[in-house]
Amino acid sequence: MDTNGADGLGLLGDPTRRAIFELLARRPSTVGELARQLPITRSAVSQHLRVLKDGGLVVSRAEGTRRIYRLNPDGVTALRAYLDRVWAEALTAFGKTAQAAPTDPEQEDP
Amino acid sequence: MTSTPTIPPLTGTITVDAPVEQVFRSFTDGFGSWWPAEYHIGQAEMATAILEPHQGGRWYEQGTDGSECDWGRVLAWDPPHRLVVTWQINGQWQYDPDPAHASEIEIRFSADGPNQTTVSLEHRHLERLVDGQTLRDGITGGGGWTSLLELLAKAATDQT
Repeated sequence: MDTNGADGLGLLGDPTRRAIFELLARRPSTVGELARQLPITRSAVSQHLRVLKDGGLVVSRAEGTRRIYRLNPDGVTALRAYLDRVWAEALTAFGKTAQAAPTDPEQEDP
Repeated sequence: MTSTPTIPPLTGTITVDAPVEQVFRSFTDGFGSWWPAEYHIGQAEMATAILEPHQGGRWYEQGTDGSECDWGRVLAWDPPHRLVVTWQINGQWQYDPDPAHASEIEIRFSADGPNQTTVSLEHRHLERLVDGQTLRDGITGGGGWTSLLELLAKAATDQT
């Protein structure tokens, strides 16, 4: 995947990735700790973490034999990606509501 | 060691099958009816959110307990084609009244036809929100960022 890391749009669109992101916002964790809180395998967690890391949202460091993941402490990319997600959902919600709103009276049954 | 870099603006567009005047009204008058209720900053669950329809107007949420939390201000009110508001929710997920720390959201509504409108949104000056150290503390130290996510989680749980 050779997408630009600055383009966070979509990274948090996957519900599992968003769940991982939110768990890491609460507490830095290992793959095993994340897998215990989610209905997916460790290898699936690792794959999602790789995507989040490539996107600049998550960083990791080795601690003895463990690898601890946490949100990128620089925060800028994470903030932007999070707001990206907010707007993607908000605009989708708006589209649905605006579309459902009554249109021209002449086109609608009274 | 690190300085706050400029953050590229966020953009988004959506096309709606409705006339431009109606889409502008749905976006503004009807703001509270479409904004996803999980995205809010108040302690109480959000009852609605209100965008006051004039330049200088408030943009704020109302909680189910009647409390109010500001989000920003209306900078430009040009119906039915353009709206600019500030987003003053900072890295601690609190309203920051200082205009120097205000990011801006510009929304443009263009008529593609009598019954089709494209809505384009740009959220810019994001770096103004990032009081670098504050945001870092928020993320790593269990501060605002975490608090918001906990509120989100709590709200989601309460709804079920």
